[in-house]
This record gives sequence, structure tokens and C-alpha cells, in this order.
Amino acid sequence: MDRREFMRLAGIGGAVFASGLPGWTRAQGYAARSAEDFYFVQLSDLHWGFSDPQVNPDFAGTLGKAIAAVNGLTEQPDFVVFTGDLTHNTDDPRERRRRLGQVKEMADALTVKNLKFMPGEHDAALDSGKAFAELFGQSYYTFDHKGVHFIALDNVSDPAAALGDEQLRWLAADLAARDQEAPIVVFAHRPLFDLAPQWDWATRDGARAIALLMPFTNLTVFYGHIHQQNHHMTGHIAHHSAKSLMFPLPAPLSQPKRAPLPWNPNEPYRGLGFREVELEQKGIKVAIQELPVVKPGAA
Amino acid sequence: MTPARSSLRERRRAVLALPFAALLAVGGGYLVTARAAPKERVIKLTVKRFEYSQKEIALKRGQPVVIEITSLDVPHGFSVPDFNARADVVLPGKVTRVRFTPDREGTFTFLCDIFCGTGHEQLEGHFIVRG
Repeated sequence: MDRREFMRLAGIGGAVFASGLPGWTRAQGYAARSAEDFYFVQLSDLHWGFSDPQVNPDFAGTLGKAIAAVNGLTEQPDFVVFTGDLTHNTDDPRERRRRLGQVKEMADALTVKNLKFMPGEHDAALDSGKAFAELFGQSYYTFDHKGVHFIALDNVSDPAAALGDEQLRWLAADLAARDQEAPIVVFAHRPLFDLAPQWDWATRDGARAIALLMPFTNLTVFYGHIHQQNHHMTGHIAHHSAKSLMFPLPAPLSQPKRAPLPWNPNEPYRGLGFREVELEQKGIKVAIQELPVVKPGAA
Repeated sequence: MTPARSSLRERRRAVLALPFAALLAVGGGYLVTARAAPKERVIKLTVKRFEYSQKEIALKRGQPVVIEITSLDVPHGFSVPDFNARADVVLPGKVTRVRFTPDREGTFTFLCDIFCGTGHEQLEGHFIVRG
């Protein structure tokens, strides 16, 4: 466990408990699991194609290390979700497709084959999601897994960072068929709430989406975009952002500019990582564990 | 008191009150003139990938402003979150107007909130508001 940070969140009827549980191990955790408990891995903000060695001298190797780290997990996740910015932006449509294709090939090296991909604005905003759709299919969709309903939203293909009327109607129709106590997990790239509009960390019509989600008592949102952990509540709904696999960004509005945090040779890969999300008790309990790309001291 | 007398008394009150009300109206008009809102200031701005024509703009607290902004290349955004002011989109060759009144002093970011390419995250400027 060492320096792993573990956060356990139980969202029942709006109550959320967050506490560090040092000494908790995956083996202990799984021993208490029921047959329907499972976990998935969230990878986010890969920014494949980024190439500034001042920010990440291992820009070409970090993703591979993360994939190896996931493959090295004692028990494999049921699925892996990529919550956007698979690639770093390029104006060249051919280069964009090449980068997306490379990410797809590298993801094929994951042991787990149940992969869910979502676009970020770097993948999709300049061509309204055309290249992403060619390589990965739908940019917003739902799926069900062991009694939990998952909703992947697209708040990036519109360069104005909006979900849009059509997607919101689709979301409303999907939710209309759900029990309000059903376990639901929502994925998005950008925050659905106004985390820091001054840094463009928001979704233009996110409040409309949250209004649709609000009646559901066992609903959690996972997103990316801001390259760091952030835990925020809108009413009883928890929103958890994930770390990046390329460069960390500063805490919201903590400095004048949202420039990448510099690479620290004494602590390489600091601020980078991925996340395990465990769903227990038929999806009602949510437990989050943050993992580094490279174990401290191993770099 | 008979209805007729009551009515007469009310009419007298109304007559007596009229000059005072008129004075109030005149006085009110004077006050309105004295407190008239400052004239709206027009600020012309252009934007292109990945810079605004002005990176820092000084404003006076309480003075309304209208930003007249035009894109020189692709569609951009213009948002001033601290003053809840935003353009839906800033199109090339077209003037888009965004109005707001800075009601407090400080430094406030304006930024492009329509993803426009590799330097999008750096496309911003600041209003410096003083009293």
C-alpha cells in the first residue's frame, strides 16, 4: 500500500463518508466482496502526442507504464474506461487519426478487453468528434454491468463545451426508464459543474444535466480534464476528477495560469496516475483508490 | 361623518398634497439626474489563434462597458466568468457585443471558452478594475 491514497466513499441517500483507511489491502477488500461486487479502472488525459520534455521527459513512455501497471494488478478490473483526451490536440486531421490509432493499439495491450473510450476536447473539438467516431464509435452511450447503469456523456465534441439539446433529450429519455434508487455511474470529460469557469473548467449547459441527474439517490460522476484529483458535491451527487497520464495541472485558480506543473526529477511521475473504482453492495457503495503510474522509488 | 363631508375632506387633502407631491417629483428628477449611470464605454477587441489584441484592459468600477469583439480567423469564445458575461460565439468578420458593469475592483480573467486549437488554454487576458 505504501503511499497509496485510499478514499472510501459510501453514497447512500445523499450521505457521503470519506476517510483514509491505511492498512486496507486489495486482498482484504476482495475477501469481503459479494459475487456482484466489482471494480473498474479509470484512465484519463493520456494526451498522446504531447512532446514537451520539460513537462514530461518520458512523454513517449508514460502511457506504456500505466498500461503495464494495470496489467500488473493482482485481480484484473471488469473494464477500463478512458475519460477523454486520449490524444494531445493537433490541427492536422491525419495526425489526429494517427494518434488516436496509436492509443487504440496500445490499449489493445491491456489484459482486460472490455474497454470504454470517451473523447476529450483535444480529440474531438476541432472536428466535432469525426475522427473519434471513425476509430471508437459513439461519443456518448450507456451500458449496464452487474446491476449498475453507466452513462458516458460527451461534453467536448461541441467546441463550446456543451452537451447540447439533442444529448440532453437523450439523457432525459434514458433516465426516465430508471428507478430513482438504482445505482448509476456517469462519466464525462469536463466537469459538469462550474469548477473554475475562469480556467474553462466547466460545461456550458452542465447545470441542465445535473438537474436531470439530481433525482437519483445513488449516482456518482467520474470525469477528467483537470489532471488532478478533485472531489466535489452538487447536492448529494459526488463528482470525482482523475489524474492525467501526461502532466498534472495546478489546483483550481491556485495560480494565475493553468500551466502544467513542472516535472520534478526528484519525484518523477509525481501527480500522474490512474484510479480504481470499486462498486459494492450492488453498486450503492463506491470506493476509490488512486494508484501511481510508477511506484515511488521504482523510477 | 356623512359621505359627502368625507369626500370633501379627502378632496381638500388631495389638493393640499399635490404641491408637495410635485416637489417630490421634481426633487426625485434632480436626484435621478445626479445619479445617472456613467456612460457606457466601448472597447474594441480582436481575437485570433491564440491571442487577444489587448491582454490587459483597465476598467473603472461601476462604469458599464461593451466589448465589441471580432475574430480574425476561426470561431472563438469570449467569457468573463466573474461578471457573468459571455458571448455565445465570436465569429470571423462579425462584431459580437458583450455588455457588463464591473462592480468590484481587482483583476479578472477573460478567456476563450470555445476550443480553438493547441494554444486554446493560453488564450486569455485580464481586466484590471479600479475605483
